[in-house]
Amino acid sequence: MKKLINDPASVVADALRGIELAHGDRLRVDHEQRVIFRADAPRPGKVGLVSGGGSGHEPLHGGYVGFGMLDAACAGEVFTSPVPDQIMAATRGVDGGAGVLHIVKNYTGDVMNFEMAAELAEAEAGTRVLAVVTNDDVAVEDSLYTAGRRGVGGTVLLEKIAGAAAEEGRDLAACAALAGRVNDRVRSMGMALTSCTVPAAGVPTFDLGEDEMEVGIGIHGEPGRRRVPLAPADEVAAMLVEPILADLAAAQIPTDGPAIVLVNGMGGTPLLELYGVYAEVARILAAHGVRIARNLVGNYITSLEMAGCSVTVLAADEEMLRLWDAPVDTPGLRWGR
Amino acid sequence: MTPLPLERTAAWLRAFDAAVHEHAAELTDLDRAIGDADHGSNMDRGMTAVAALDPAAFTDAAAYLKKAGMTLVSTVGGASGPLYGTFFLRFAAALEQPAVDAGEQGADLAAVVGAALRAGVEGVVARGKAAPGDKTMLDALLPAVDAYDAAAGQGLDAALSAAAAAAADGRAATIPLVALKGRASYLGERSAGHQDPGATSAALLMAAAAATLGAAEAS
Repeated sequence: MKKLINDPASVVADALRGIELAHGDRLRVDHEQRVIFRADAPRPGKVGLVSGGGSGHEPLHGGYVGFGMLDAACAGEVFTSPVPDQIMAATRGVDGGAGVLHIVKNYTGDVMNFEMAAELAEAEAGTRVLAVVTNDDVAVEDSLYTAGRRGVGGTVLLEKIAGAAAEEGRDLAACAALAGRVNDRVRSMGMALTSCTVPAAGVPTFDLGEDEMEVGIGIHGEPGRRRVPLAPADEVAAMLVEPILADLAAAQIPTDGPAIVLVNGMGGTPLLELYGVYAEVARILAAHGVRIARNLVGNYITSLEMAGCSVTVLAADEEMLRLWDAPVDTPGLRWGR
Repeated sequence: MTPLPLERTAAWLRAFDAAVHEHAAELTDLDRAIGDADHGSNMDRGMTAVAALDPAAFTDAAAYLKKAGMTLVSTVGGASGPLYGTFFLRFAAALEQPAVDAGEQGADLAAVVGAALRAGVEGVVARGKAAPGDKTMLDALLPAVDAYDAAAGQGLDAALSAAAAAAADGRAATIPLVALKGRASYLGERSAGHQDPGATSAALLMAAAAATLGAAEAS
């Protein structure tokens, strides 16, 4: 393992110190509970948005804490969900009287820990909590027989749009309903060229030959559904976009509205390659009559230093587009102010 | 006061901690194959915190195990934290139930531990919503409880030994299974051929129980 760290055991704590030093103007960090708060939380009367998950996906989620997006993010150990204590601390810390929305990616551990925390926060502090569980990954085909689809790139888009809705003063039920609607209309698919190395494990999570790639990966270095021969960017783009469009069609979700598209790097792929993939993705979507209204290209939800990318397509509507364009001021996303 | 002696309970937790520590790399390797390579380090972190609890600070085994469960929930994370935490919390709660039929002391304790074991495993079922054959820790725990009950009439030691043997068999039986719960389920057919890391740590838990909870029975 070759990593720029002090000690595998202190990776998360060290990063949290850096995040606080780098963004102290808008964030504060509870180092004991490992929660990143918006500096001005709680905001009276505003629905609090809390997310979190294993570390190693930066800028998700801590990088999306700030005006117009999350109020707090819990940093678990690398690739390990946060514990209920952390989530409760975050939930209490952002409750401005209007309740708290938990944004949870559909992984067994994340779902269990957020559920336990929500039960405890409601029982002990009377905090109203609703949750949306993101599950946009179309690689998980037979979700009736698995833990269900994973939450991946769609989570970024959902946090932005729900964050804007909370910022303009919508109530908890409305924020949760909107978040659910975004989740219903967003799909993702990912691939990997290499494994990543979890610091505490010290060796790559899986081995991939020079001439191979994994298709249908999540964001935890877990192997994908299929291992196939390495292909050029245009073929990879098709492997990622076609299942997304097929799944949206199967769910009878119209794609004639304004699409928001994310071409996301897994942490180890340069922008040169991601833009090349974006060009192919845009070409394929155009051929299917999908109009890209907004896009993101870059590392937004990563898997340590894994090489590879994912594509996310949100079949948005005018309301989602307006909320997407609303001002946001976080370390990971910033525009409009 | 629960009938389960505090010192045997402490020995159980110490033995489980030692086993987790010894097998941490193996657990993580198993998790690397079908999960995300953190089961050993997560369980080691949690059990180190549990082992740091002072048994003398608790009034009885139930209070001690409750604290152990909360400690796991608060330190492990992932799915293992809530699942192992729930196991110990429910196990502890069952110990506080009114004592079972009076009788010979050894047989009595066997019934108490059996009821607690079943309550703990049922807690794991409720929390994780998994079923037998899903390739999870339950594939070691459910056969262990059944084997325990079948042997409970022969006393605590025999029942725990039977449970540990059944857990080990259950662990081995996860190898050909296709995972239907947890992160390994994302691999579909590719998860077959690998031993489940959760079933492996669960078998360590039962082996630790067999080595400690009944060991002092004769004394």
